[in-house]
Amino acid sequence: MSEDPRWLDVALASARPQAMAALLRYFRDLDLAEEAFQEACLRALRSWPANGPPRDAAAWLAFVGRNVAIDAVRRRARLAPLPPEEALSDLGDAETDLAERLDGADYRDDVLRLLFVCCHPELPATQQIALALRIVSGLSVRQIARAFLVGEAAMEQRITRAKARIAQAGVPFETPGPAERAERFAAVAAMIYLLFNEGYSSAGPPPSERAGLCEEAIRLARLLLRLFPAEPEMMGLAALMLLQHSRAAARFDNEGQLVLLEAQDRRRWNRAAIGEGLALLDKAMRHGAPGPYQLQAAIAALHARAARPEDTDWRQIERIYAALEHMQPSPVVTLNRAVAVARVEGPLTALALVEPLGGRLSGYFHFHGLRGALLTQLGRRLEARDAFTRAIALAGTAAEAAHIRQHLDALAADADAAGERAG
Amino acid sequence: MYYALLCYHSEDVVCSWTQEEDAAVMARLDVIQRRLVREGKLSSAVRLLPTTAATTLRKDQDPPLVLDGPFAETKEQLLGFYILDVDGLNEALDIARELGGANPGGAYEIRPVGFSYDVGAGGGGPG
Repeated sequence: MSEDPRWLDVALASARPQAMAALLRYFRDLDLAEEAFQEACLRALRSWPANGPPRDAAAWLAFVGRNVAIDAVRRRARLAPLPPEEALSDLGDAETDLAERLDGADYRDDVLRLLFVCCHPELPATQQIALALRIVSGLSVRQIARAFLVGEAAMEQRITRAKARIAQAGVPFETPGPAERAERFAAVAAMIYLLFNEGYSSAGPPPSERAGLCEEAIRLARLLLRLFPAEPEMMGLAALMLLQHSRAAARFDNEGQLVLLEAQDRRRWNRAAIGEGLALLDKAMRHGAPGPYQLQAAIAALHARAARPEDTDWRQIERIYAALEHMQPSPVVTLNRAVAVARVEGPLTALALVEPLGGRLSGYFHFHGLRGALLTQLGRRLEARDAFTRAIALAGTAAEAAHIRQHLDALAADADAAGERAG
Repeated sequence: MYYALLCYHSEDVVCSWTQEEDAAVMARLDVIQRRLVREGKLSSAVRLLPTTAATTLRKDQDPPLVLDGPFAETKEQLLGFYILDVDGLNEALDIARELGGANPGGAYEIRPVGFSYDVGAGGGGPG
C-alpha cells in the first residue's frame, strides 16, 4: 500500500456517499446514520492500515457501521457482548453478501435519496448546499463555514436546524416510481448546480475554497451518472460544470480580479476537463431529449471549441439561447441572448431586446452593464454613463465594480478627447 | 513481445484525488514512462476519461444496441492502458511493479498482445 497517509482519508471520503446512503436506509435517521458512519470510520482507521483497505470500502463501512450501532443498542440493553476487533476486520461472506446487495437497484435509489433529503423544498438554497456538504461529502462544519464566509457556530446552527426540519418532514423510504425518481433527479441536479455556482461565483469564497466546491459538485454529478448512466440532463449538468470549471485557472488574474471570457488566456484552459465535457454532451445529445442543462452545456461547448474569441460561433450561441428561452423563459436568459444578438446583428437589435427587461431586471447588475456597453457602441454616451453608474451601484464584488469603472473612465476619456477636438 | 498493461483502479478514489494529488501521480509516472520510451519498451500509454463518459455498443443483437456507460460494472474500473514491448512476462511484471510504486492502489492486468494493426503480421481482427 502507499506510504502516503492521505490514502486512508481519500478511501473513506470516496466511500462516504454510498455507505451513508445504505446506513440512512437502514436507520431512517440522519443523525443515527452519521454516528454509525463515524464509528465505522474509527474502526477503519484502526484496521485498514494493518490489513489494507477492503475491496469494497463502502460495503465494509455500511456493514460495520450498522453492526456497531446495533451493538451499542444491545450493550445498553446488556444483551450480547461486543465482537472482538479481528472479527470485524475479516467480514468474509457477510461483507460480500452486503456488497452484492449494495450493487442492486435499491442502492442507486439510496444514494439518490441521500442527496434528495438535502434538497427539501422548505430549506433555503444555502442550507441545502451546506447540508449536502456535511452529510454527503463529509466536509467538516469548519470547512463549510469557511466556504460560506460565516462563523463556525453559525454554520453549526444552520446545519442543525436544517436537519431538524428534515426529520420533521419525514424522508420517503419507499422505492420511488419513475415520476417520483425524475422529480428527485431534478431537485438533486438543481442542488448540485447551486453547489457548483457557490464555488464558481466571483462573489463567493476565496479561490482556494472555491475550486473545492466546484470539484465536489462535479464529483457528485459523476457519482449519480455512474448509478444512472442514461440520464441526459445529468450528463448535460456534468458537461456544463466541467466546461465552466475548465476555465478556472484563467478566470482570475494574479491580483484575484475576474478576467472576462474574451480576455482569458485560453492556453490555461484545462483540456482534459473540456474533453470530458464535450464527450458527455455528445452522449447526452444522442438521446434527443434536450433540457436546460444540455443547452447551457452546448453554449459552454461553443466557447470551449473556439481557439480565439473571434472564432466563437455567436450565431449558434444565439440560436441555443433562443431554444433555452423557449424552454425556460426568464429575463436573464433573454439578457444572455441579447449578448449573442449584439455580436450577430449589432447593438441596436440587441438593445431593442434588452430595453423591455428593465422592469424585471432593474436591480440586476448585468442588465445595466450590458445596457451601458450597447449604448456606448451606439455612441449614446450620456445614456451609457447613466447605465454604468447604476451598474456600479449594484456591483456585488470589487472585480465587477472595477470592470464598470474601466468603462466609465473610457467614456470620460472619450468625452475629454471630443471636448479638446471641439475646443 | 507486446504486452498490454490494463490499469484498473477505483474510479471513486481516483476522482476524489485533488488536482495536486493527481498531478503528483502523473509526474511520478512520467519519469518512468520517459525512461521506458528511451529504452524502446513503451509503445503507448493511454489514460481514459472516467467511465461516465463511456458508451457501449452491444453487438450481440441486431441491430446493435447503444448503451450509456461502460460495458462492465465492476468495483475497479479500466482507467487506462500501456502497450509494452518487452522480452517476456518477467520484464512486463517488473515494469508493472515500478509503475505500481508510482501509482499505488488498484491492479494491473498483464495481457500478451495477440494481434495489433500496427505491429502484427496479418490475421483476423480481434472479433
